[in-house]
Amino acid sequence: MSLANSGQGTARRPNKLLRNLPAKIASIPMVLTALVVFVGCTLWTIYHSFTGSRLLPAPEKWVGLDQYERLWGTRRWLVSIENLALYGAGSLIFSLVIGFTLAALLDRKIRGEAVFRTIFLYPFALSFIVTGLAWQWILNPDFGLQSVVQGWGWAGFEFNPLNDRNTVMYGVLIAGLWQGTGFIMIVLLAGLRGIDEDIWKATRIEGIPAWKTYIVVIIPMMRATFVTVLVLIASGIIKVYDLIVAQTSGGPGIASEVPAKYVIERMFQSQNLGQGFAASTMMLLSVLIVLIPWAYLEFGGKKKHD
Amino acid sequence: MIVVRLALEERGQSDISGAFSLHREDIDMRLLRSVLAGTTAFCAAGAVAAAELEVTHWWTSGGEAAAVTEFAKAFNEGTEHTWVDGAIAGGGSTARPIMVSRITGGDPMHATQFNHGRQAEELVEAGLMLDLTDLAEAEGWTDFIHPASLLDSCTLDGRIYCVPVNIHSWQWLWLSHKAYEDAGLDVPSNWGEFIDTAPQLIEAGKVPLAMGQQPWQTAGAFGVLATAIAGVDTWAKVTIDKDASVAAGPEYAKVFQAAAQARELSKDSNVQDWNLATAMVINGQAGGQIMGDWAQGEFAIAGKVAGEDYTCLPGLGVHELISTAGDAFYFPKQDDPEIEAAQLELASTMLSKTAQVAFNLKKGSLPVRGDVDLAAANDCMKKGLAILAEGNIIPSGDQSFSADTATQLEDLMVEFWNDLSMSAEEVQEIYADIIADAD
Repeated sequence: MSLANSGQGTARRPNKLLRNLPAKIASIPMVLTALVVFVGCTLWTIYHSFTGSRLLPAPEKWVGLDQYERLWGTRRWLVSIENLALYGAGSLIFSLVIGFTLAALLDRKIRGEAVFRTIFLYPFALSFIVTGLAWQWILNPDFGLQSVVQGWGWAGFEFNPLNDRNTVMYGVLIAGLWQGTGFIMIVLLAGLRGIDEDIWKATRIEGIPAWKTYIVVIIPMMRATFVTVLVLIASGIIKVYDLIVAQTSGGPGIASEVPAKYVIERMFQSQNLGQGFAASTMMLLSVLIVLIPWAYLEFGGKKKHD
Repeated sequence: MIVVRLALEERGQSDISGAFSLHREDIDMRLLRSVLAGTTAFCAAGAVAAAELEVTHWWTSGGEAAAVTEFAKAFNEGTEHTWVDGAIAGGGSTARPIMVSRITGGDPMHATQFNHGRQAEELVEAGLMLDLTDLAEAEGWTDFIHPASLLDSCTLDGRIYCVPVNIHSWQWLWLSHKAYEDAGLDVPSNWGEFIDTAPQLIEAGKVPLAMGQQPWQTAGAFGVLATAIAGVDTWAKVTIDKDASVAAGPEYAKVFQAAAQARELSKDSNVQDWNLATAMVINGQAGGQIMGDWAQGEFAIAGKVAGEDYTCLPGLGVHELISTAGDAFYFPKQDDPEIEAAQLELASTMLSKTAQVAFNLKKGSLPVRGDVDLAAANDCMKKGLAILAEGNIIPSGDQSFSADTATQLEDLMVEFWNDLSMSAEEVQEIYADIIADAD
């Protein structure tokens, strides 16, 4: 930027720097925090993922890509990645679909909207630990949902996702959706409320059915809201850890392990920082692979617009 | 406390005297305060010799807490210092990361439990632990600590850094008399008989083998099977020499077959925690459980008598031996020489004869001294003591594998134990790979 400006006379340059000076000064602590804590520590972590650090960081023990080779040869890591992909896809699709459906229903000016809104949002007030424990009990075959339904007389009813390797992630997904969808609904509802009433009047005059209006007109208008919601959901997916710890502790076997849990346990339980850092670097890389093309489209596109 | 309050008052006073001019009363106050300060300094001097030592550990179950109280009592009564209890709930895998991060983060406690072996190895190498060698030489630890391998685990480059306090062994098969009576069978006397009678137990509606699904339990049970089935020499080649070709060889293939068999027998025990699995044996729902000698505490609390209600088979009744796992205390380095003196006194107290007996009787573990009398011990403890006296001992996994390798093996075992489609050959191959990279 400054290079581009330097051609346009020196008189205007200090002006540009000094514009909004108090705001710039005020943001210095945050800028420093971002640089030192986020960027600095990220670089430190990436560097140490190439070392043989065990309990304590050992920058001098350079081992190249050994940690990464071991990481991708570890079954538990591969299972973790698969689980995250499954949980991520399920969480993304169902949070959006259920969240938007609920928001649209509430937006139809129904009676008792505030009551429903509160009910749907309530699970979000619980931590993942409480959510995980509650759903562990609900899904427990001996005193949870299964035994209740069997007690009603349907003796053949079986619903025991948490004790089966093939279904355990769906059990976790149910708990995750129950906890998070209410919040997504609220954000989307706020977006819906931001739509001008005249749009609705216009579509009604045109005789377009309500569901079609939502899909063709309203959703494209809510682009910014959806971007916010996507970021919220995505960050929730990548950092899922406490839910697993509380609900299944990674079991049965290693069937519900997730990457964040692998990182934490390698760093502190196995006393192998290098391996934990390699895994966390892979997590960062996967976020970047999603984020960079999106940021390029989003901000690159805007520039052309201006 | 007094010092803190005075300091606060002082700050308040100086604020006022800064705001207003100095009055006569202020000067009087100052005089009074300097006199007071003198007395507190005197009190503090008295307190320096009597230090408060914060001790962290993960002994929180009924019997464990009672045992650690014996140490606290011995320390509080035997010295002028005070034991400040820092129990961390949730077991070793929860507590150790907290302890390690406090020590590396510059907020060390004064003494802390670890399993003796390699868990604290790097902390010692980094010079964060107090060197106990002088005390050990003065008291002659090498003369009475038995077996000597316990002290070896505390030693790095000839210097001693920890105090072993007890011996816990893994190699026990606990059998329920009630379960076998219900099925009309005699109680087995070794692993082979246990396997042979298992189908009849299943017919009688029992689970032959109770097994909790926490990773350390399945990994531990596998270790026990390995010593019993492959024999100590083969086990030592794999565990101590880390010979991957033996781990992949035919001797170990038998161990994996046995483990697959045990997995089949335990597939109906839907419990997580080890003490719930022990409870299945206690109330006769399950035939047996492979678990360390800490399971005794559960039988004792339930009012069961060894030999009448339950039988314990060391080394699964095949090779009578025990491993010398256990707990040790480390003393993180402090700046204050007074605290350091108190730390040494605590180390000495923990090894004293009276504390060793009182602690280990409550804990159900064996004392680290060969020269104490445990007349009050029960049948199973006496079996253990006899094996110890004969010297049929092997080092524990904690002593031979690093934490990194140990958790890799735990991951593998918990997966194998829960995934019935994973074959013995498959798991042996992965196991051998881990041993090849082990340290």
